[in-house]
Amino acid sequence: MRAVHFCEACGKVQPPAPVDYFTFFALPRKLNLDVPSLEKDFYELSRKLHPDLNARAGSKEQEWSLQQSSLLNDAYRTLKDPIKRTQYLLRLEGVELEEQSKTATEQARSSGEIKKQIVPPDLLEEVFELNMQLEELRMQKKTGEDDPALIEEIGRQKLELEEKHEALLHELENRWKVWDGMIQREHNGQPVSEEERRQERDKMVDVLNRRNYIRNLVRDVSEVLEN
Amino acid sequence: MSNRVIGRLSNLKTSGFQSQNYPIAKSQMATDRIVGIDLGTTNSLVAFMQGESPVVIPGEDGLNLVPSVVALDENNQPVIGNAARKYLTETPERAVYSIKRLMGRGVDDVQQELKFFPFRLAEDLQAGEVLRIKLGEKTFTPPEISALILRQLKRNAERFFGAPVTKAVITVPAYFNDAQRQATKDAGRIAGLDVLRLVNEPTAASLAYGLDKKQNGIVAVYDLGGGTFDISILKLHDGIFEVIATNGDTHLGGDDIDNLLITIALDDIAGDLDLDLRRDGEAVQAIRKAVIEAKIALSSQSSVKLDVELPNGKRYLREITREQFEQLIQPVIDRTVGPCKQALKDAGLKPEQIDEVVLVGGSTRIPKVRALVKELFRREPHTDLNPDEVVALGAAVQANILGGGSEATENMLLLDVTPLSLGIEVAGGVTDKIILRNSTIPASATQFYTTQIDGQANVAIHVLQGERELAKDCRSLARFDLKGIPAMAAGMARIEVKFLIDANGILSVSAREQRSGKESEIQVQPSYGLTDEQVEGMILDSFDSAEEDFRQRQLIEARNETATILAALEKGKKSPAWGHLTTDEKKKIAKMEKALIAVNAEDDYQAIRKAIDALNQGTTRLAELMMDSAVSTALKGKTMDEADMGEGPTAPHPMAKADFE
Repeated sequence: MRAVHFCEACGKVQPPAPVDYFTFFALPRKLNLDVPSLEKDFYELSRKLHPDLNARAGSKEQEWSLQQSSLLNDAYRTLKDPIKRTQYLLRLEGVELEEQSKTATEQARSSGEIKKQIVPPDLLEEVFELNMQLEELRMQKKTGEDDPALIEEIGRQKLELEEKHEALLHELENRWKVWDGMIQREHNGQPVSEEERRQERDKMVDVLNRRNYIRNLVRDVSEVLEN
Repeated sequence: MSNRVIGRLSNLKTSGFQSQNYPIAKSQMATDRIVGIDLGTTNSLVAFMQGESPVVIPGEDGLNLVPSVVALDENNQPVIGNAARKYLTETPERAVYSIKRLMGRGVDDVQQELKFFPFRLAEDLQAGEVLRIKLGEKTFTPPEISALILRQLKRNAERFFGAPVTKAVITVPAYFNDAQRQATKDAGRIAGLDVLRLVNEPTAASLAYGLDKKQNGIVAVYDLGGGTFDISILKLHDGIFEVIATNGDTHLGGDDIDNLLITIALDDIAGDLDLDLRRDGEAVQAIRKAVIEAKIALSSQSSVKLDVELPNGKRYLREITREQFEQLIQPVIDRTVGPCKQALKDAGLKPEQIDEVVLVGGSTRIPKVRALVKELFRREPHTDLNPDEVVALGAAVQANILGGGSEATENMLLLDVTPLSLGIEVAGGVTDKIILRNSTIPASATQFYTTQIDGQANVAIHVLQGERELAKDCRSLARFDLKGIPAMAAGMARIEVKFLIDANGILSVSAREQRSGKESEIQVQPSYGLTDEQVEGMILDSFDSAEEDFRQRQLIEARNETATILAALEKGKKSPAWGHLTTDEKKKIAKMEKALIAVNAEDDYQAIRKAIDALNQGTTRLAELMMDSAVSTALKGKTMDEADMGEGPTAPHPMAKADFE
């Protein structure tokens, strides 16, 4: 059931109910989501909730319209994006992704060290090599004698990383299928153990972390190449 | 000649809004008119939705554009628009232009502007205070100067409708930050306007374009005005105008091109004549006027001659070819490339995926700019609407939507975005972004705060806007002090702070301590901007005196019309047509004439109008007879204008200039 956003009878905006983003759109907490249909819903709800269309309503309704449409926009922005959607669901499931990265950031700041990120084991060797090459290129750029072969080599690795980054999205989508299946089973009345839930969450957290790591790496490489 | 000649004559004249003024004014008296205002760096305009299409409301001088120039005359009375322009060269210390560049900015931000613009800051300006500009011996804040422009537009609209105007939609550059938006809203309030919505200029332009096109697709709006540059990419979908990404530079525009040419001229003069004119306000303004004319001419000519008379009696002469001009301005217009590429990147689109490109702003008339846009987006840009007017027209469309819509705007809805990320300063002076740029607005974010020491009652929050990592590189919006946190052990309080960016792109903050459920009091210290109390104190006319002002003007206008109709009647009585009226008709006219003269001595403008209308009706046949005789006179070889009946009033008349013949 979609939360009640406006009065069915008179069309007036109602105060926002304290609901999560999935409930706001009357969606189950599944990760495979029909984005075009979400967009359609978003447009349809915007036409009812947006402050521009409630500008002549009473001051209370205008306030509700502002709150409702900001909730609508926040929800749509989060759910339409595969990564944000996954992160949001994990947070609803009690995983404090933000807290983890915040703690790491603050620790790094207080100790003055570079924020440590766990290098995914399958990338360990490759990343080590790449960092050496990046360091070399930085030095070369300082002296103004960059080696075209090195630039080409780093560019090639960057492409590979970008491919990995893309592949991890597919991996995440595979995890969604498992998760959604689990939710469906639950919905059909079959119990899902807390252990199974936790395992699935952890797997998604792992994919997100790896993907995030590669994204930062690509950003660093681009920076060195462009400078 | 007045349009308000007696009887049917006025109806025989077909052109112009004034002849239809009355019925419109009457039918709209009851409903609140919402106007759309483009408050531009160089020019400002006011528009409204007339039936199913937006139209610009001209000023008393009949011109659509009101130059954004404010001056103080000899009696320290503000003069605005075209009338203020002469002061720029005659008494430059009493005039100001391009004030929009200073909106929502602090002393530190404007140092660069001061090198190129003759802004005279008040000498007693304190650090952290809102800027004040000197005009003669008086000082004004940028919102107050903008308010004077807005009030002029408001008056133009009131004159047009014959009714007070108190509600408006005002456009702002899409890339304006919170402080600049707030300053614009303050200006509206000072001018006595209830600003129902701030709309981003490129988005407004897309509304004006979308109104008659009504098609789906991706549109890029490239808006290079007098002082600001915006690029917005929108998705049009069945009447929904969804902004996907926006970017820009709030200090880039035609002004920069002018300054470049002025600098060259001053250098020329300093080099060849050993004459330093940089401090000579009058000379600089004369040069400025000449280079602007040259710039405009170079959009249609291949070369132009600058010719400026200098204070020493010599003339500064220089030929500029279009080729030279294009080379000169290349660095300026190249500054639009970065924002365009970033907007495309943020939208996740390639140039080929853009279906239409729309040009907005006077500077897009420059052929080189058009060529650049064509190259960037790989298609011929649209230029069917006047780039100076399209933003105001779009604002009128948005005003219509807010007012409940009409057939033309049915199903139209604008979904805009915030141009800059909103962040909070966290430990180490780092910005923690909580609402990312290009998020659809209204948008919100919730943060949780706790206390660091036992019994701590206050928590300070520093709100920032911008994309940079470090707080010091972002724009400081405000410092919020959460007060009255119930006494608890350190780390126990859980304060929920909600940040909300409304549909105007303006931030508001609310806070609640979750354990006690107590609303925390928030004290806001805007980093740049006026407090509510300051704005209150600046309001040009309180609502009551605005009403009074309006009534006074209406009364003057009504009395002028009385003079007109009575003068016309006197002529009528002397014309041969008078003799064709029956005694009864003559009696009736005399009675109505007497009634009008009586009521004209009173202060009720509506009663005067009524009496004018009555006399107007009562003299219909006289007017027709006069018309017939005029036509026969014309057949005898005289033109209508030479015929007696055609002569208008001699009384000074605010309506007369806007006559449409």
